[in-house]
Amino acid sequence: MSDPLIVVQGLTLAWGSRILLQEASFEVERGDVFVILGGSGSGKSTLLRHLIGLEAPQAGRIEIAGIGAPQLDGSAPEFGVMFQSGALFSSLSVAENVAFPLHEWTELPPEAISAIVKAKLALVGLDGAQEKLPSELSGGMRKRAAIARAMALEPNLLFLDEPSAGLDPISAAELDELIAVLNRALGLTVVMVTHELPSILKVGKSCILLDAESRSIIARGSPKQLATGSPDARVRQFFAREAG
Amino acid sequence: MVDIDLIEPAPDSFGDRIGRAAAVLSRFTWQATASGGDVQIAIGGRITLDEAPALWKRVAEVLDRVLRPEHVRVNLSGVEEIDGACLALIVHLQSTLARRGIPCELEGGSPEVRRLLALYSRRRVRKRPPRRPRSVTDQVGQGTIVLFTAARDGLSFFGELFREVLHALKNPGTLNLRDISLTMERAGADAVPIVLLINFLIGFVVAYQSAPQLQQFGANIFVVDLVGVAMTRELGPLMTAIIVCGRSGAAFSAELGTMKVSEEVDALRTLGMVPLRYLVVPRVCGLALVAPLLTLFADGVGIAGAAVVAATQLDVTPTAFLTQLRHAVQPWDVGSGLIKSVVFSAAIALIACQQGLATSGGAEGVGRRTTGAVVSTLFSLILLDAVFTLVFGAFGV
Repeated sequence: MSDPLIVVQGLTLAWGSRILLQEASFEVERGDVFVILGGSGSGKSTLLRHLIGLEAPQAGRIEIAGIGAPQLDGSAPEFGVMFQSGALFSSLSVAENVAFPLHEWTELPPEAISAIVKAKLALVGLDGAQEKLPSELSGGMRKRAAIARAMALEPNLLFLDEPSAGLDPISAAELDELIAVLNRALGLTVVMVTHELPSILKVGKSCILLDAESRSIIARGSPKQLATGSPDARVRQFFAREAG
Repeated sequence: MVDIDLIEPAPDSFGDRIGRAAAVLSRFTWQATASGGDVQIAIGGRITLDEAPALWKRVAEVLDRVLRPEHVRVNLSGVEEIDGACLALIVHLQSTLARRGIPCELEGGSPEVRRLLALYSRRRVRKRPPRRPRSVTDQVGQGTIVLFTAARDGLSFFGELFREVLHALKNPGTLNLRDISLTMERAGADAVPIVLLINFLIGFVVAYQSAPQLQQFGANIFVVDLVGVAMTRELGPLMTAIIVCGRSGAAFSAELGTMKVSEEVDALRTLGMVPLRYLVVPRVCGLALVAPLLTLFADGVGIAGAAVVAATQLDVTPTAFLTQLRHAVQPWDVGSGLIKSVVFSAAIALIACQQGLATSGGAEGVGRRTTGAVVSTLFSLILLDAVFTLVFGAFGV
């Protein structure tokens, strides 16, 4: 019996006056690494913004188990989010960024927070970067720091927007490995938006493929299945990286 | 058969002379001949970006002069070398003629030239709906919608902010004290030198300008009343607000705008923080706390500027100046200025933060919103000052 962590039903979403996705339904299982795929302009990042509650859907329902509909109403966060650019607070150091949610939402003394921050940064491979400002970090380090901040409050659900976009192959592979480890070792459910094929095939357990033209989900399943045996030409084209 | 090269216009402009000079110096050949409706152009030599101006002139001549050819052939056989920019000009010639219904064939050329030609001739035809001219009614309607949308957003922002201020008053522990003190330091302490300098000069100039008129009537001592009341009631709070608007209002708007476009505001929301509570309330509070202090400094140095003029131009001694000042300036004059300063500073912070949080569209959006914030705030300051004048006047104070 399936135990979905996220249930999306009949979701219609728009960017301004443009409908990007109509009547979309899907589920994300606990412990999954769920990848939202699609070409540029297909609404991947917009769908993610709806899933985390930054945008309200035009129609349809999003349910996250234990939370209900995601609402960012000033209460303690139930999930972690890593934005495409990292979105670290530029006036705070890396350690202060990671400590931020702990200061705001826990009663922990500063020493305890400092110990947790150290452990989180070590987990993402940023032991020596505590006192650095975000502007002093490389793109990959910024994303790692953002993951550390997203995990500060021990969420069981992590949303990642284009985690390996713009990174060199080695940094991207390291980040993929980190995501896989977090999923395996901590049982973290990960929902990520990406169109980096190596990442998709390496860490993705299930995925959906959005199509800008039909404004719908045109394929779902495991990335390996879709990459090798989809009857849909658009899916084959996507995985074969062929120009339209 | 007519050699089109022979039909040269009189060199009557600088552009023509430059074009002719470029043609003489160019390393390529261009021979155009016309026979009936057929026009044949033979291009040869080395055609690189340096030759582009001369080539463009030739292309433009054909497009301008060959009014009704039925067919154009461009022979590229003699081309030894051509780069993408120059080939783009030739493709432009072809496509422009095609739009006029004149077939234009590009013939010959080495395999390299043909490959480059194939690359630049690729067309992705996307039919766009023709742009219809907008009627006056449409423009007025759209403008009205934009205006009402902005008014609604502004009202919604102030409503939400009011709720957050109430929340902060009920739960003082939730206030972002770090940002309040930071705002007080940056908008207050750091602004002291410029506030002192400008207001000293304002007091000095007002006294200096009025000195000859007062001297005519032997009313030298009344320079104290003039500058004292003007500085405390009007110029001190207004000039300070304008300085704060230029320094801190623009900074707030740019800072929040950058946070918005770099997704920091979104990140803040996903971490459970309310941006208005965390970012805007501290700035409003910090500025409202520090502005009266700046205004007091402004009043003091403005009057000091007048004292310098009084002593040097009007023979009013410092002792006489201070004695007259005690009579001329009442506590309400200073108090009304301080009330104004609190309202002005709150308006600066609110408008700047609202504009900052409404930013979209990257660096260009940040610049646009920052400019908008400063302009809107300056307008609001003058408007609020007029309202204060009317209200205080109605109450006879």
